[in-house]
Amino acid sequence: MTHSVAVPAMSLPATAYRLWRGADPIRKVAILIGVMLVVLAIFAPLIAPFDPNAQSLISRLRPPLGFERAKEGYLLGTDELGRDVLSRSLHGLQLTLMLAGLGATLGLLFGGTLGLLAGVVGGRTEATVMAAVDTQIAVPFTLVALFLLAILGSSIEVIVLVLGLAGWEQYARIVRGEVRRLMNMPFIEAARAAGAGPLRIARHHLLPNIVSPLVVQFTLSLSNIVLLESTLSFLGLGVQPPTATLGAMVGIGRDYMPSAPWIVVAPAMMILFITFAVQILGDWLRDGADVRLRAR
Amino acid sequence: MLSYALRTLTRMAITFFVIVTVVFFATRLSGNAVDFVVGDGITSEDRELLISYYELDRPLFTQYLAFLKSFTDGQFGLSFIERRPVSDIVLERIWPSAQLLLAAMTLTLLVSIPLGIVAAIWRDSWIGSAVMMVAFLGYAVPNFVLAVLMMLIFSYWLNWLPVVGNGTALHFIMPTIAMAGVLIAALTRFTRNAMLDVLGQDFMRTARAKGLSEGHVIIKHGLRNAGITILSVIGLQVAGIAAAGSVVIEAIFSWPGIGDLLVSAAVRRDYPVLQFGVLTVALAVIVINALVDLAYAWADPRLRHTVKGGN
Repeated sequence: MTHSVAVPAMSLPATAYRLWRGADPIRKVAILIGVMLVVLAIFAPLIAPFDPNAQSLISRLRPPLGFERAKEGYLLGTDELGRDVLSRSLHGLQLTLMLAGLGATLGLLFGGTLGLLAGVVGGRTEATVMAAVDTQIAVPFTLVALFLLAILGSSIEVIVLVLGLAGWEQYARIVRGEVRRLMNMPFIEAARAAGAGPLRIARHHLLPNIVSPLVVQFTLSLSNIVLLESTLSFLGLGVQPPTATLGAMVGIGRDYMPSAPWIVVAPAMMILFITFAVQILGDWLRDGADVRLRAR
Repeated sequence: MLSYALRTLTRMAITFFVIVTVVFFATRLSGNAVDFVVGDGITSEDRELLISYYELDRPLFTQYLAFLKSFTDGQFGLSFIERRPVSDIVLERIWPSAQLLLAAMTLTLLVSIPLGIVAAIWRDSWIGSAVMMVAFLGYAVPNFVLAVLMMLIFSYWLNWLPVVGNGTALHFIMPTIAMAGVLIAALTRFTRNAMLDVLGQDFMRTARAKGLSEGHVIIKHGLRNAGITILSVIGLQVAGIAAAGSVVIEAIFSWPGIGDLLVSAAVRRDYPVLQFGVLTVALAVIVINALVDLAYAWADPRLRHTVKGGN
């Protein structure tokens, strides 16, 4: 049950501090990593020591500082075109997080709207939406993504669209289920008796009550979308070179692994950190939102 | 049971028909596929020839009917690039994919079922937490990162394992582990939860009270009942995860399966192959789901009867 309980007015820092104190060590690590990644991503253009696309053919494939042949200033070494691995990783991180956030938001809007429509209108609309959901569940999304990118090309708009389609069926399922449950509750009946139309009921009575499962789903799907974007870039179907994304760096760096493993290691570790942090935080949110789990 | 099977079959057919239709019209969305693939380096006569060969100049609905007809006569056309029937190209890839999938599924079951049981029995001790932590981390590691790191360590640094191909048993090790990683993490969690639900049931206490050994109680009474839940999860989640995983893993290890084929067809925009390949994999996933559904109904008589009752 997720009735919008009146939260005692608390300033944001105070709430954050309370959450931090209640977290176990693993969650603290996840928060720290998450905050660090977001800060790095936001300030990537300022922190990155070099232009991520600036090539330098005389300093190709140099190892990170501290190794033999390392070049001054290139902390994590250079790639096959002499570009700074650190700068590319930071810009890649920014793009990956931006695409994932955009994709997850689109999925939420698209799937959520369909789910709301199905739940409120019912009848044939509901049957159609749910049939589409079932079909989508039956087809692995990686296939859909491959297919769409091949037909429509890998422009940034198409990539955002594909990432936005990923996971829409989960939102539709959740919203429709919650709406169906809520529609039978006395307070909705009361609102209807008081003369509220479907739009008003949806906005003022349904949405506030389904926010928390949606937030949980959003977080979980964020890490799935990061993975999907990285996978597509890794396969060469994502954002096209020379633009740096973490997945593409791993994909291209793979060819140089025997002689220059550092090209792969930095972006691969960043992907690991993102998914780790997001998964732990998503799990935490889910525990918090699910009253049955809380009681355990 | 028969009526349940019929219903499953009908649902399967409808889902597949919807997918076929969506795939067909989506492919035509992008305009003329021939222009997309060959670009400008072609005379206008050759272009006309190609277009008429692939019948792209005919009305959309006629093309759609012809596409549907190809399912009855098995003529799915030629690849844009290889100039061979797409059905040959795709079908010869099925066996390697199936081999890898079977290996990954076997590893998953062998590892995650015992781990899940252990985590359920000792759920309050450090053993349970350790298992769940590992399962959790396994979920956070993308399969291609796992694959690339394994390659780096075992092929390039230690020189123990071959990098690509599927020639020998050694070739199976890394792709199987990379594919099973996420599956193991997911199935361990589900096994634990399913076992936890069963462990608290009355019949478990009865079995112990009868004087049966603990191992007997857990395997015969616990796992048997939890198995039904686990089975349904394998159908719902695992088929999807495995299909997605095989695309990536096969591409990385140059495994000559369907996943590798789909990626290269997507990169080269070989629509006929992509179209047929996507439909083949979708059909495989639907069939596996339906089989698991039937196995589920067979294993759990309650479900069979409620469905029969028209619920």
